[in-house]
Amino acid sequence: MTPPRSPGFDTLSLHAGQQPDPTTGARATPIFQTAAYVFRDSDHAAALFNMERAGHVYSRISNPTTAVLEERIAALDGGVGAIATASGQAALHLAIATLAGAGSHVLASRALYGGSHNLLDYTLRRFGIDTSFVDPRDLSAWRTGIRPNTRVLFAETLGNPGLDVLDIAGVAEIAHAAGLPLMLDSTFTTPYLLRPFDFGADLVCHSATKFLGGHGVAIGGLLVDSGAFDWERSGKFPELTEPYAGFHGMDFQEESTVAAFLLRARREGLRDFGACMAPFTAFQLLQGIETLSLRMDRHIANTRAIVGFLCEHKAVASVNYPELPTHPDHQLAKSMLPKGCGAVFTFEIQGGRAAGRKFIETLRLFSHLANVGDAKSLVIHPASTTHFRLDDTALRAAGIGPGTIRLSIGLEDAADLIDDLAQALRASQKL
Amino acid sequence: MALQLEIQGHAAWAYTGGKPFDARLPVVVFLHGAEHDHSVWALQSRYLAHHGRSVLAVDLPGHGRSAGPPLASIEALADWVVALLDAAGISSATVVGHSMGSLIALECAARHPQRVSRLALVGTAFPMRVADELLTATRDDEPSAQAMVNLWSHSALAQYPGNPGPGFWVAGVNRRLMQRQQPGVMHADFAACNAYTNGLAACRRITAPVLLVLGKRDVMTPPRATKDMVAALPNARVVEIEGAGHAIMAEKPDELLEALRGFIP
Repeated sequence: MTPPRSPGFDTLSLHAGQQPDPTTGARATPIFQTAAYVFRDSDHAAALFNMERAGHVYSRISNPTTAVLEERIAALDGGVGAIATASGQAALHLAIATLAGAGSHVLASRALYGGSHNLLDYTLRRFGIDTSFVDPRDLSAWRTGIRPNTRVLFAETLGNPGLDVLDIAGVAEIAHAAGLPLMLDSTFTTPYLLRPFDFGADLVCHSATKFLGGHGVAIGGLLVDSGAFDWERSGKFPELTEPYAGFHGMDFQEESTVAAFLLRARREGLRDFGACMAPFTAFQLLQGIETLSLRMDRHIANTRAIVGFLCEHKAVASVNYPELPTHPDHQLAKSMLPKGCGAVFTFEIQGGRAAGRKFIETLRLFSHLANVGDAKSLVIHPASTTHFRLDDTALRAAGIGPGTIRLSIGLEDAADLIDDLAQALRASQKL
Repeated sequence: MALQLEIQGHAAWAYTGGKPFDARLPVVVFLHGAEHDHSVWALQSRYLAHHGRSVLAVDLPGHGRSAGPPLASIEALADWVVALLDAAGISSATVVGHSMGSLIALECAARHPQRVSRLALVGTAFPMRVADELLTATRDDEPSAQAMVNLWSHSALAQYPGNPGPGFWVAGVNRRLMQRQQPGVMHADFAACNAYTNGLAACRRITAPVLLVLGKRDVMTPPRATKDMVAALPNARVVEIEGAGHAIMAEKPDELLEALRGFIP
């Protein structure tokens, strides 16, 4: 007997979570642009509200188009399910609000997207959730940073913008030894390049706005649960393991051995905070995911070509990409990211801040904006935009210099991108 | 909400569907299949618990939250179910079983006809032979065995409404649930199914009404593999569900509930 083979990544990218519409035969995922769903009778309604039956009630809680996206990303990440949210930030907030409350502590990497840093370092503190930050490469700092009230460890698979490659297995082991889950922002890597659950992470959030969508037309987030974390054994999460008066006294861990976290997040956080994804957004993101592997391969090929070009250019002081032997996480990247280290990276231009500004303003194909992961190539100067809230010390700690340029490499012809970079680099050195 | 009992010297745990257990109500006992736990029945058991029945969706010994080693035979598991009924003060109950659980339910009803008032066999077959390669893998390579079973249990890459609901990837839920069981449980379960030989004799002794709920696309326990059972059961009704594989509770929870609602008074 030949052992059966599970469906591959590309097949799941196209089919997971969706079949042709049984009513119309539509092959594409229909956009179910409806706020609510008709009950068959009163008993059906009551059963849906009480989770005796599965189904849709109101599109803030779930929607058929959005559910396809949720099931698809869960399949690709190797999780049990997912919740689609209004943005990547909403996904991060939903996760933390589900696990933590006033008096709780989050232990986070200090190499984070600026928006995540804002949420943790400023906004959540107003609500009594404290965060401390550690060097993501320093395992002992992760270990000693855990407090009795810590509820989750959080980092990015590839730190923004320094591309610190997280030793997921190492940090997960520390988290699990303390009875805590490890949550990762997997936006830069997508499940095509890295599946954090395979290395021991417990929760994953994505800004689906980036590579998952790929087109830069829709804002959305995804929160995926591995289903592997044992909340009961941990004993630190009464929200999941004790009756919840806000939902029929449900003990979510009893209700579902592997889905407790997502049940609570949907039945509390999504219901009450309401940062749900619109069905049209889910449809747009699904169109992107259908071609995720094809696009990521091209993103990586273009990135490698451009990294090679920049490394040889005399106007470039340094290039920060984990595939380069000079990157501090080169060996880790080789073992964890064999398909590539993403298409977002930084380099340091000769001439500092002024040269950087001139370079950005001279580019023609690269768009100067605050986003990454678009099909079109993008450029930004983090010190003046995404990380502008950080003072110089914090900026340095996050691996950013005054002349650091961040590129997000798109799907254009690599030769055209290199020509554009070459002319802008020339101009930057004529100041 | 749960009932915790001591059965045969070990702690046993059963989900009660979100309502306190009350042995005065008509009782429905749910038995999960190999390498599973009570949570596969969450929707159906929760519904019945809120509709005039008291339910016990058990974790079989060594599974989920029930302690002790997994029991080695369907016969031993059938006696364990009766010990559960005794411990919970239940004189007789409707017993619903899936896959391995269906064999346990069948054997229990045959051995203890006065204790099983109705019998629902979901995703069932007899004999429930396990291919040598799979049985070996359950012993030597659980991840491979789990991958095989997961692939064979599901009929499609999408199901509506799914279980526990929209947004859950049912194959992922099933895979992780299997991984959450203790090492050794999978082999004990599959070996017990494979070794069970009393199925047809048991069928002939059943006096209670019997319902078989089968997935038309089930490749683990295909409907044709119940032909001899149905012939041997004096009082059986068969419901075949379109578009369902072996994981009927996950793939077609509503259709399964309708079949059970029409069967359990």
